[in-house]
Amino acid sequence: MSERKSWGADDPMETASTRTRKPQAKPAKLSRDVQARLGQQLRAMYDDVVSQGVPDRFTELLNRLEADKDKDSR
Amino acid sequence: MAMDESVRDAVLAAVPSLRAFAISLSGNVDRADDLVQETLLRALANIDSFQPGTNMSAWLFTILRNHFRSEYRKRRREVEDGEGRYAETLKSQPEQYGQVELREFREALSKLPSDQREALVLVGASGFSYEEAANICGCAVGTIKSRVNRARTRLAELLDIHNTEDIGPDDTTRAVLAGHDHP
Repeated sequence: MSERKSWGADDPMETASTRTRKPQAKPAKLSRDVQARLGQQLRAMYDDVVSQGVPDRFTELLNRLEADKDKDSR
Repeated sequence: MAMDESVRDAVLAAVPSLRAFAISLSGNVDRADDLVQETLLRALANIDSFQPGTNMSAWLFTILRNHFRSEYRKRRREVEDGEGRYAETLKSQPEQYGQVELREFREALSKLPSDQREALVLVGASGFSYEEAANICGCAVGTIKSRVNRARTRLAELLDIHNTEDIGPDDTTRAVLAGHDHP
Protein backbone atom coordinates (compact mmCIF):
# COMPACT_ATOMS: atom_id res chain seq x y z
CA MET A 1 0.00 0.00 0.00
CA SER A 2 1.40 3.34 -0.88
CA GLU A 3 1.47 6.52 1.15
CA ARG A 4 -1.68 8.51 1.32
CA LYS A 5 -1.66 11.53 -0.87
CA SER A 6 -3.05 14.73 0.44
CA TRP A 7 -6.17 15.64 -1.42
CA GLY A 8 -5.83 18.17 -4.10
CA ALA A 9 -2.10 17.61 -4.29
CA ASP A 10 -0.59 17.65 -7.74
CA ASP A 11 -1.29 14.37 -9.34
CA PRO A 12 1.76 12.44 -10.48
CA MET A 13 -0.47 10.17 -12.58
CA GLU A 14 -1.59 13.08 -14.70
CA THR A 15 -0.08 12.42 -18.08
CA ALA A 16 -0.96 13.43 -21.59
CA SER A 17 -2.77 10.14 -22.14
CA THR A 18 -4.93 10.32 -19.03
CA ARG A 19 -5.59 14.01 -19.48
CA THR A 20 -7.20 13.50 -22.84
CA ARG A 21 -9.44 10.67 -21.63
CA LYS A 22 -12.55 12.40 -20.36
CA PRO A 23 -15.61 10.15 -20.28
CA GLN A 24 -17.85 13.02 -19.16
CA ALA A 25 -17.77 16.74 -18.75
CA LYS A 26 -15.59 17.68 -15.82
CA PRO A 27 -17.54 18.61 -12.69
CA ALA A 28 -17.01 22.03 -11.21
CA LYS A 29 -13.66 22.20 -9.51
CA LEU A 30 -13.78 21.97 -5.75
CA SER A 31 -11.46 24.18 -3.78
CA ARG A 32 -8.54 22.60 -1.95
CA ASP A 33 -10.23 23.54 1.27
CA VAL A 34 -13.35 21.53 0.47
CA GLN A 35 -11.31 18.60 -0.80
CA ALA A 36 -9.24 18.63 2.37
CA ARG A 37 -12.33 18.57 4.56
CA LEU A 38 -13.89 15.71 2.63
CA GLY A 39 -10.61 13.84 2.87
CA GLN A 40 -10.43 14.36 6.62
CA GLN A 41 -13.93 13.06 7.15
CA LEU A 42 -13.41 10.10 4.88
CA ARG A 43 -10.24 9.09 6.71
CA ALA A 44 -11.83 9.65 10.11
CA MET A 45 -14.60 7.24 9.14
CA TYR A 46 -12.17 4.69 7.71
CA ASP A 47 -9.61 4.89 10.50
CA ASP A 48 -12.37 4.46 13.05
CA VAL A 49 -12.67 0.88 11.75
CA VAL A 50 -8.95 0.31 11.15
CA SER A 51 -8.21 1.24 14.76
CA GLN A 52 -10.36 -1.70 15.89
CA GLY A 53 -7.54 -3.98 14.78
CA VAL A 54 -8.05 -7.64 13.88
CA PRO A 55 -11.16 -9.21 15.44
CA ASP A 56 -10.54 -12.61 17.03
CA ARG A 57 -12.63 -14.46 14.48
CA PHE A 58 -10.05 -13.78 11.78
CA THR A 59 -7.05 -14.82 13.84
CA GLU A 60 -8.93 -17.98 14.78
CA LEU A 61 -9.87 -18.60 11.17
CA LEU A 62 -6.24 -18.47 10.07
CA ASN A 63 -5.16 -20.71 12.96
CA ARG A 64 -7.78 -23.23 11.97
CA LEU A 65 -6.80 -23.16 8.30
CA GLU A 66 -3.19 -23.58 9.26
CA ALA A 67 -3.98 -26.56 11.47
CA ASP A 68 -5.99 -28.16 8.64
CA LYS A 69 -3.16 -27.70 6.21
CA ASP A 70 -0.68 -29.24 8.64
CA LYS A 71 -2.99 -32.21 9.03
CA ASP A 72 -3.36 -32.60 5.27
CA SER A 73 0.36 -32.74 4.70
CA ARG A 74 0.88 -34.93 7.82
CA MET B 1 2.29 -27.61 3.30
CA ALA B 2 2.04 -25.29 6.30
CA MET B 3 1.01 -21.73 5.66
CA ASP B 4 4.04 -19.56 5.20
CA GLU B 5 4.36 -17.35 8.23
CA SER B 6 5.06 -14.25 6.19
CA VAL B 7 1.92 -14.89 4.14
CA ARG B 8 -0.11 -15.30 7.30
CA ASP B 9 1.31 -12.09 8.76
CA ALA B 10 0.69 -10.14 5.55
CA VAL B 11 -2.90 -11.38 5.38
CA LEU B 12 -3.61 -10.53 9.01
CA ALA B 13 -2.00 -7.12 8.63
CA ALA B 14 -4.42 -6.31 5.81
CA VAL B 15 -7.55 -7.28 7.79
CA PRO B 16 -8.26 -3.93 9.53
CA SER B 17 -8.12 -2.06 6.23
CA LEU B 18 -10.11 -4.76 4.42
CA ARG B 19 -12.84 -4.40 7.05
CA ALA B 20 -12.93 -0.64 6.67
CA PHE B 21 -13.24 -1.04 2.90
CA ALA B 22 -15.90 -3.73 3.25
CA ILE B 23 -17.97 -1.60 5.63
CA SER B 24 -17.82 1.35 3.27
CA LEU B 25 -19.02 -0.92 0.45
CA SER B 26 -21.79 -2.75 2.27
CA GLY B 27 -22.73 -0.24 4.97
CA ASN B 28 -23.16 -3.14 7.38
CA VAL B 29 -20.57 -4.39 9.86
CA ASP B 30 -21.79 -8.00 10.00
CA ARG B 31 -21.99 -8.31 6.27
CA ALA B 32 -18.62 -6.65 5.95
CA ASP B 33 -17.03 -9.19 8.30
CA ASP B 34 -18.57 -12.02 6.28
CA LEU B 35 -17.11 -10.46 3.16
CA VAL B 36 -13.68 -10.30 4.78
CA GLN B 37 -13.93 -13.91 5.94
CA GLU B 38 -14.91 -15.10 2.46
CA THR B 39 -12.04 -13.04 1.04
CA LEU B 40 -9.51 -14.70 3.34
CA LEU B 41 -10.82 -18.18 2.50
CA ARG B 42 -10.63 -17.48 -1.22
CA ALA B 43 -7.22 -15.88 -0.96
CA LEU B 44 -5.69 -18.77 0.96
CA ALA B 45 -7.30 -21.34 -1.31
CA ASN B 46 -5.69 -19.56 -4.24
CA ILE B 47 -2.50 -18.46 -2.58
CA ASP B 48 -0.50 -20.07 -5.40
CA SER B 49 -1.84 -17.45 -7.78
CA PHE B 50 -0.40 -14.68 -5.61
CA GLN B 51 2.89 -13.46 -7.02
CA PRO B 52 5.42 -13.04 -4.22
CA GLY B 53 6.88 -9.55 -4.19
CA THR B 54 3.67 -7.95 -5.46
CA ASN B 55 1.26 -6.03 -3.28
CA MET B 56 -0.57 -8.51 -1.01
CA SER B 57 -2.96 -5.84 0.19
CA ALA B 58 -4.01 -4.87 -3.35
CA TRP B 59 -4.50 -8.54 -4.20
CA LEU B 60 -6.80 -9.05 -1.20
CA PHE B 61 -8.73 -5.85 -1.95
CA THR B 62 -9.30 -7.09 -5.50
CA ILE B 63 -10.71 -10.39 -4.24
CA LEU B 64 -12.96 -8.63 -1.74
CA ARG B 65 -14.20 -6.10 -4.27
CA ASN B 66 -15.01 -8.76 -6.89
CA HIS B 67 -16.74 -10.91 -4.34
CA PHE B 68 -18.82 -7.96 -3.14
CA ARG B 69 -19.79 -7.11 -6.70
CA SER B 70 -21.03 -10.62 -7.48
CA GLU B 71 -22.83 -10.92 -4.13
CA TYR B 72 -24.40 -7.51 -4.59
CA ARG B 73 -25.75 -8.41 -8.00
CA LYS B 74 -27.17 -11.65 -6.63
CA ARG B 75 -28.77 -9.94 -3.63
CA ARG B 76 -30.28 -7.21 -5.68
CA ARG B 77 -32.17 -9.82 -7.62
CA GLU B 78 -33.38 -11.44 -4.41
CA VAL B 79 -34.22 -8.59 -2.04
CA GLU B 80 -34.35 -4.91 -2.63
CA ASP B 81 -31.57 -3.66 -0.40
CA GLY B 82 -32.89 -0.15 -0.27
CA GLU B 83 -31.93 2.91 1.66
CA GLY B 84 -34.26 2.01 4.52
CA ARG B 85 -32.21 -0.99 5.49
CA TYR B 86 -29.03 0.97 5.20
CA ALA B 87 -30.41 3.67 7.48
CA GLU B 88 -31.30 0.98 10.06
CA THR B 89 -27.73 -0.25 10.01
CA LEU B 90 -26.39 3.22 10.53
CA LYS B 91 -28.62 3.77 13.53
CA SER B 92 -27.28 0.66 15.25
CA GLN B 93 -23.70 1.82 15.05
CA PRO B 94 -22.23 3.11 18.30
CA GLU B 95 -21.86 6.84 18.57
CA GLN B 96 -18.32 8.02 19.06
CA TYR B 97 -16.35 11.22 18.78
CA GLY B 98 -17.47 13.61 16.09
CA GLN B 99 -20.55 11.38 15.91
CA VAL B 100 -22.89 13.65 14.07
CA GLU B 101 -20.37 14.64 11.46
CA LEU B 102 -19.30 11.04 10.92
CA ARG B 103 -22.85 9.79 10.69
CA GLU B 104 -23.75 12.45 8.18
CA PHE B 105 -20.67 11.59 6.20
CA ARG B 106 -21.53 7.87 6.18
CA GLU B 107 -25.04 8.65 5.03
CA ALA B 108 -23.80 10.90 2.24
CA LEU B 109 -21.26 8.29 1.17
CA SER B 110 -23.97 5.63 1.03
CA LYS B 111 -25.88 7.72 -1.49
CA LEU B 112 -23.08 7.62 -4.04
CA PRO B 113 -23.15 5.08 -6.86
CA SER B 114 -21.05 2.13 -5.73
CA ASP B 115 -18.41 2.57 -8.45
CA GLN B 116 -17.79 6.13 -7.29
CA ARG B 117 -17.80 5.13 -3.63
CA GLU B 118 -15.25 2.38 -4.04
CA ALA B 119 -12.95 4.59 -6.13
CA LEU B 120 -13.09 7.38 -3.56
CA VAL B 121 -12.40 5.06 -0.62
CA LEU B 122 -9.54 3.21 -2.32
CA VAL B 123 -7.76 6.43 -3.26
CA GLY B 124 -8.78 8.73 -0.44
CA ALA B 125 -8.69 6.39 2.55
CA SER B 126 -7.02 3.06 1.74
CA GLY B 127 -4.02 4.89 0.36
CA PHE B 128 -3.84 3.24 -3.05
CA SER B 129 -2.53 5.14 -6.04
CA TYR B 130 -4.89 5.81 -8.94
CA GLU B 131 -3.11 3.07 -10.84
CA GLU B 132 -3.51 0.52 -8.05
CA ALA B 133 -7.17 1.46 -7.64
CA ALA B 134 -7.66 1.02 -11.40
CA ASN B 135 -6.15 -2.47 -11.17
CA ILE B 136 -8.34 -3.38 -8.23
CA CYS B 137 -11.49 -2.20 -10.01
CA GLY B 138 -10.46 -3.52 -13.41
CA CYS B 139 -10.80 -0.21 -15.23
CA ALA B 140 -8.67 2.56 -16.72
CA VAL B 141 -6.79 5.07 -14.58
CA GLY B 142 -8.75 7.90 -16.20
CA THR B 143 -12.01 6.22 -15.19
CA ILE B 144 -10.91 6.06 -11.55
CA LYS B 145 -9.94 9.72 -11.60
CA SER B 146 -13.22 10.76 -13.06
CA ARG B 147 -15.16 8.64 -10.53
CA VAL B 148 -13.19 10.14 -7.64
CA ASN B 149 -13.86 13.64 -8.91
CA ARG B 150 -17.55 13.01 -9.33
CA ALA B 151 -17.71 11.39 -5.89
CA ARG B 152 -16.10 14.42 -4.24
CA THR B 153 -18.37 16.85 -6.04
CA ARG B 154 -21.49 14.91 -5.09
CA LEU B 155 -20.37 14.55 -1.46
CA ALA B 156 -19.74 18.27 -1.19
CA GLU B 157 -23.28 18.87 -2.46
CA LEU B 158 -24.86 16.32 -0.13
CA LEU B 159 -22.96 17.63 2.89
CA ASP B 160 -23.48 21.20 1.82
CA ILE B 161 -19.80 22.00 2.12
CA HIS B 162 -18.86 25.22 0.41
CA ASN B 163 -15.68 27.12 -0.14
CA THR B 164 -16.07 29.05 3.08
CA GLU B 165 -14.74 28.61 6.57
CA ASP B 166 -17.89 29.54 8.51
CA ILE B 167 -19.40 26.05 8.49
CA GLY B 168 -16.15 24.26 9.21
CA PRO B 169 -15.76 21.92 12.19
CA ASP B 170 -15.27 23.63 15.52
CA ASP B 171 -11.83 23.65 17.08
CA THR B 172 -12.44 20.49 19.08
CA THR B 173 -13.47 18.51 16.05
CA ARG B 174 -10.54 19.87 14.15
CA ALA B 175 -8.15 18.80 16.91
CA VAL B 176 -9.66 15.30 17.00
CA LEU B 177 -9.44 14.96 13.26
CA ALA B 178 -5.91 16.28 13.18
CA GLY B 179 -4.82 14.04 16.03
CA HIS B 180 -6.40 11.11 14.26
CA ASP B 181 -4.51 11.76 11.07
CA HIS B 182 -1.56 9.61 10.15
CA PRO B 183 1.89 11.05 10.64
